[in-house]
Amino acid sequence: MEFETIIGLEVHAQMLTETKIFCGCSTEFGQKPNSLSCPVCLGMPGVLPVLNRKVVEHALKTAIATNCSINKYNRFARKNYFYPDLPKGYQISQFELPIAVDGFVDIEVKNKKILKRIGITRIHMEEDAGKLLHQLDGISSESSYVDYNRTGVPLMEIVSEPDMRSPEEAGEYLRILRSVLQYLDVCDGNMEQGSFRCDANVSLRPKGREELGTKVELKNMNSFRHVEKALEYEIQRQQDMLEEGETIVQETRLWDESGGVTFSMRSKEEAHDYRYFPDPDLVPIVIEDSWLQEIKGQLPELPKEKVERFIKQYGIPEYDAGILSSNRQIADYFEQCTGIYHKPKSISNWIMGDILRNLGDTREIDNFPVTPKHLAGMLELIDKGTISGKIAKTVFEEMFTSGKMPEEIIRKKGLVQMSDQNEIEKVIGEIIDRNAEAVEEYRQGKEKIFGFFVGLVMKATQGRANPKIVNEILRRKLAG
Amino acid sequence: MKITKKDVEHVATLARLRFDEGEVELFTDQLNKIMEYFEKLKNVDTTGVVPSTHAVDLSNAFREDAVKKSLPSDESLKNAPDSEQTFFKVPKIIEV
Repeated sequence: MEFETIIGLEVHAQMLTETKIFCGCSTEFGQKPNSLSCPVCLGMPGVLPVLNRKVVEHALKTAIATNCSINKYNRFARKNYFYPDLPKGYQISQFELPIAVDGFVDIEVKNKKILKRIGITRIHMEEDAGKLLHQLDGISSESSYVDYNRTGVPLMEIVSEPDMRSPEEAGEYLRILRSVLQYLDVCDGNMEQGSFRCDANVSLRPKGREELGTKVELKNMNSFRHVEKALEYEIQRQQDMLEEGETIVQETRLWDESGGVTFSMRSKEEAHDYRYFPDPDLVPIVIEDSWLQEIKGQLPELPKEKVERFIKQYGIPEYDAGILSSNRQIADYFEQCTGIYHKPKSISNWIMGDILRNLGDTREIDNFPVTPKHLAGMLELIDKGTISGKIAKTVFEEMFTSGKMPEEIIRKKGLVQMSDQNEIEKVIGEIIDRNAEAVEEYRQGKEKIFGFFVGLVMKATQGRANPKIVNEILRRKLAG
Repeated sequence: MKITKKDVEHVATLARLRFDEGEVELFTDQLNKIMEYFEKLKNVDTTGVVPSTHAVDLSNAFREDAVKKSLPSDESLKNAPDSEQTFFKVPKIIEV
């Protein structure tokens, strides 16, 4: 039987703020356990939470950028459950009146050929919980350990519609969403550090059937690759079960990264009963039109708009524009280069090639040793014929390791291109003398060994010879 | 609406409380008495009255995103039944 996969995603994005959502404690990562807490985030009796204005602004920016309707009247609710990472016994979240609903993002599927719209059900604001450790200094004991520094760090939960039909689509949606959040500067998008977390709901149904199958919730995936792998595994597992006539149990399963499998989190006998109710400690939020207009005015150019502008303004292919715009810093880098060097396509080639390759997964181009000035300087030298494209690769490597300017590198390393006719003729003359046999073969008509001679010339000149001149002289000399 | 013994047991489980049979009966009875007050309230005509969740008619109470000093960790841990280094120490949690 053929099955259709249905995937919906829940993203928890940590918002970029200086302080927590309801108190003035810092949100700084990696500080001493329980050094960033106060009576409010520790849930002491008699304290009152006060909402951080920036949290609402970040949520509004996200809502606008993802085409949501904004609930002009929204409020916080208490989600009640007992767990030690939650000092109050409830999490302050939003329930029946979240800040935004009914949005969408467009993703490109099937090798980027088709545009697909993924619905966003809702966006709500909430506080993060603390961090639980099950061992200390690598030693397990009969206890768990709690650090409340993260308690109260502002989160945005972005819930998608079950609109994705494959792990690739899920991955693409996450990449687009993360890039939007990064452009808006509302979340740093770091999955490994947990500032961009994703849970997935996945179910199968026989192709053509309207009714949805039983869904399973997947957790504990901390990279895009793992989201896709966990989904692939889970889809196969469910398909095998359905084909055997077994029933899928609605449950939460954890992805085990090292084993490459999902396993069931022992489900509680009692179904979740969060007993949500409006939080009496927090007054409702009313979004005035003037405030919304102000926020709209602060929105930066978003990835999709940037791609279109890059194609138009710089005449680069859509593919290039897409890659350059996938990250705001890389897009800025590209534009800085175009300000000082006139061939956008050459810049784009180098960014997509050598730069991205050397940048690594973090994509942090701001601290990259090869600055726009370095790159533009090097491209000028190629245009002037001072260095060949091949030597440029060496120059690039050197700029990357030493941070030196290209002029200095070619001067110190003697990498200037050899364009002197006489000098090259001399080298070629010697090579022809030493390879009489090959020369004879060539003259007998074995013309494909021409490249062999070019190779020898380049070797003799450490790659510095101007390839155009080498070709001319070689052809002439070999012709005899 | 009538509160049953089952309701009381359910809420007790959620609140991690354990009651003996006598207590369950006592609380069921008391809670039902409280519910009777609500029955009385139900008789008030509220046609055209907007539901409210807050006693005062206020909205948008914000603070600016400016860091304030947190408590030192030894202060935060002062009421902790148990601690280790600067962590709160709790019974082992396996289930999430």
